[in-house]
Amino acid sequence: MATETAKLNFTSHSDTHGAMLDRARWAATTFARYDRAATLKIARAVAQAAHSQAARYAEWAVRETGFGVVGHKRLKNELCSLGIFETHKNTDWTGPTIDRDRKLVRIGRPAGVILALTPSTNPVATVFFKTILALLTRNAIIICPHPAAKACCADAADLLAAEAVKAGAPDGVIQVVREPSIPALEGLMGDERVDLVVATGGPAVVRAAYRSGTPALGVGPGNGPVYVDSSADLTAAAARIVESKSFDNSILCTNESVVLAENAIADQLLNTLRAAGAHVCSPGERESLRAFLWSDKGFNVGAIGKDAAVIARACGFTIAGDAKILLVPIDRLLPEEHFTREKLCPVLGFAPVGGVDEAIRAARSMTRKSGGGHSAAIHSQNETTIMTYAAAVSALRTVVNAPCSQGAAGFGTNLGPTMTIGTGFMGGSALGENLTPASLMNWSSIAYPTDERVPFGNFEGLTPWQTPNSIVSVPSQLARSVPALDELALLREQIRSLVRDELKSALGRT
Amino acid sequence: MFDYGMFKFSSKEEVIEKSIAYWNPGKTKFWRDSGIDLVIDKREGYVIHDMDGKRLIDLHINGGTFNFGHRNTELIDTLKIALDHFDIGNHWFPSVARTALAEALVKVCPGFDYAFFTPGGAEAIDVAIKSARYATQRRKIISIIKGYHGHSGLSMATGDARFSKIFLSDRPDEFIQVPFNDLAAMERALSSRDIAAVILETIPATYGFPMPHDGYNQSVKALCEQYGALYIADEVQTGLLRTGEMWGWQSYGVQPDIFVNAKGISGGIYPFAITMLTKRTGAWMEEDGAAHISTSGGAEPGCFVALKVLEILKRPEVRANVQYLTRYFGDAFRDMVQSDGDVIVGLRQKGVVMGVEFAHPEGAVHASRALYENGVWAIFSSLDKRVLQFKPGVLMSYALAEEVVDRFRVALPRMRELIAQAPSVRSAA
Repeated sequence: MATETAKLNFTSHSDTHGAMLDRARWAATTFARYDRAATLKIARAVAQAAHSQAARYAEWAVRETGFGVVGHKRLKNELCSLGIFETHKNTDWTGPTIDRDRKLVRIGRPAGVILALTPSTNPVATVFFKTILALLTRNAIIICPHPAAKACCADAADLLAAEAVKAGAPDGVIQVVREPSIPALEGLMGDERVDLVVATGGPAVVRAAYRSGTPALGVGPGNGPVYVDSSADLTAAAARIVESKSFDNSILCTNESVVLAENAIADQLLNTLRAAGAHVCSPGERESLRAFLWSDKGFNVGAIGKDAAVIARACGFTIAGDAKILLVPIDRLLPEEHFTREKLCPVLGFAPVGGVDEAIRAARSMTRKSGGGHSAAIHSQNETTIMTYAAAVSALRTVVNAPCSQGAAGFGTNLGPTMTIGTGFMGGSALGENLTPASLMNWSSIAYPTDERVPFGNFEGLTPWQTPNSIVSVPSQLARSVPALDELALLREQIRSLVRDELKSALGRT
Repeated sequence: MFDYGMFKFSSKEEVIEKSIAYWNPGKTKFWRDSGIDLVIDKREGYVIHDMDGKRLIDLHINGGTFNFGHRNTELIDTLKIALDHFDIGNHWFPSVARTALAEALVKVCPGFDYAFFTPGGAEAIDVAIKSARYATQRRKIISIIKGYHGHSGLSMATGDARFSKIFLSDRPDEFIQVPFNDLAAMERALSSRDIAAVILETIPATYGFPMPHDGYNQSVKALCEQYGALYIADEVQTGLLRTGEMWGWQSYGVQPDIFVNAKGISGGIYPFAITMLTKRTGAWMEEDGAAHISTSGGAEPGCFVALKVLEILKRPEVRANVQYLTRYFGDAFRDMVQSDGDVIVGLRQKGVVMGVEFAHPEGAVHASRALYENGVWAIFSSLDKRVLQFKPGVLMSYALAEEVVDRFRVALPRMRELIAQAPSVRSAA
């Protein structure tokens, strides 16, 4: 009888996603009428809740996915919670904003329902990041986590959802797909009830997002070249590179992939890198590593985010206790050389180049097939070299004299912290900047004639959403429970110092 | 040409003519004469299409039958899969599907012990009344004037005389009626101490959803206890999350001795009804379990559909949707009462169970027609034509809800016009 009844399979016929999208639409419609103070209150409460659980989710993410370093994930979770909130909270994402000189008024228009894909490599940090950006812009968000990280992401999303509602957000503003799968994802991305897909993941997922017909912001993979020229402070450069490659075991897609060392300083740089914590691989070790990391099926997922020592052991060699990364000298900067490809693990290619022109050629070759539009780094004091390099490499952000993992992701630079790096047209994306709240909304403009005889209206003090016939009511307690300005300022300063301290410890310097 | 494979019609007119000739002359002519020339053809979600292609948003949903929309794909898939293995089954024997559904129902009906299945609501009410009579060994049943419980022998006897006298089937000696919301009248009727049960729609639907006064249902239950009668809740229109809770009686904090649900539990695709009984009210099944037989009651494919209905209702998203719909329509009609108070004077509402009150005594009849002309199908209350039954399904989306309100507002001038042309115009003021 058991075999008979097993024929009746009802599991594929469940439309929970439709109900989820409908709920998100109600939430988005309601949320779009919140004013700035109410919105900030919600975003702040959620950012605080996320920040307070940063360590717990860091540990959980590493346990669930096997990727990365708990301490570094904790830092990313912290930066992607209060750090993100701090970065963007002083900008008005709500409006109305009044520009008397140009006779323009702008009113914020949220995207609506955002479907956010989050990767297994930076799972909870991306959940935090996208959720807080969505809240700052009054959107409803549905998180679709990578299946390998679904438990920690669902738990985090539930926590944030509860905090959001507690702070006055409409029900359903944050939801999560609990059983993510490719068919479920494709169905959701193509559903007309989704207004925007924000895809962080592999190139296949990003292309699928764009194919879906729904407006999408997808970002492609990285493969960061780092050029070190003879003008660079080699000791500092080596320290930064090792710091960057070992940060969360290179799981950020902004990590350096190959060091391109100007011939004149190449040997010296190799030695400084060794001193800074790089194990320089022998040709034999290189080949074991190659066999371990790549197969016909592509990159070995089992190596992603693992410690250098663990990878070395898997390849049959041991490294010194203080070695943090594996440095692999290579001869040919051509696509068939595996070590020129993206490596989300602390394995770094190393090749001497004749000068900036050859560095550019090598960098372009590395990113021709995959990794375009992403990130590059340079260590140099020469502005001409820096500008030539930045203008020619296939990257939309070149960080100078900084660890690329952190710097290109906006940590310790002024790019704005992000877990979603826009790879632009050269990287198959509609998004060139790092994802910010601005990416998740539009503005409706009220425009008057430039003709001076037509006077500009007086819009001061008008609230666009409290129209008399408002048919979606905002919870009435919101207006009363927003904290006073002083309280906000105090909190702001606390958070600012918190973020400052964390950045210091992350970057090892001020 | 309308070709349906097994039959063809040249036009909608042909369907209507033949419907008068062969099916039901009175019903067919009534709608034709009311200006509602509807023959429903395609249907999907909360939208139905007339044979002529006219699109209508369905707010009638046949009292909750289409609570989950027309041809809900999840329910259809469920039924199709069930039919690969089951037929209606043999009512004499225990069955896997009936047992599983009964257990699932008992779990979502706190205070109840058994689920009894029938193919329709009227028979389910008959089972409720029989069970009450057995348990109390009394015959008399109290119901509400303008209450409605169906058209079978006992259920019909509880209802409006319109449906019983025509068939010489009224039984005033055993079936007593009292006004709704009148506790004194209820107590007078109960005080004879020979009443088996009071039967109440938790909110009387066909009467236009007059809202029970605060504490009314609970007070009736208390009076029942005082005078040894049982309380039967007719939850056909108020169950299945339509009042915001799984069952309407939960919304009103009253614990019935028996309750009945139908329509929505069928998913609109497989006739089904349930009578929920306690150990006490289901005691007759110990003495003679075959005392009430229903060959197609608890038909097994219907059990699968009903289980799926329960699964859908347990989703937090669905509960949230009901809350949003409740607030949205509540706000929309409050605004309309403000802006168009000459036509619309109020909204009766508990969850998505709603009655729109018109100033004119037959305002809802005209509103029904004006809405029909503007793409919305909502029916007036046949026992109170001042009130339009306004019943969005629990899965209705924001976009469709917004469209309903848009269409309602567009139809308002036409309502005003039809009301002005009506024979007996009464001013709202």
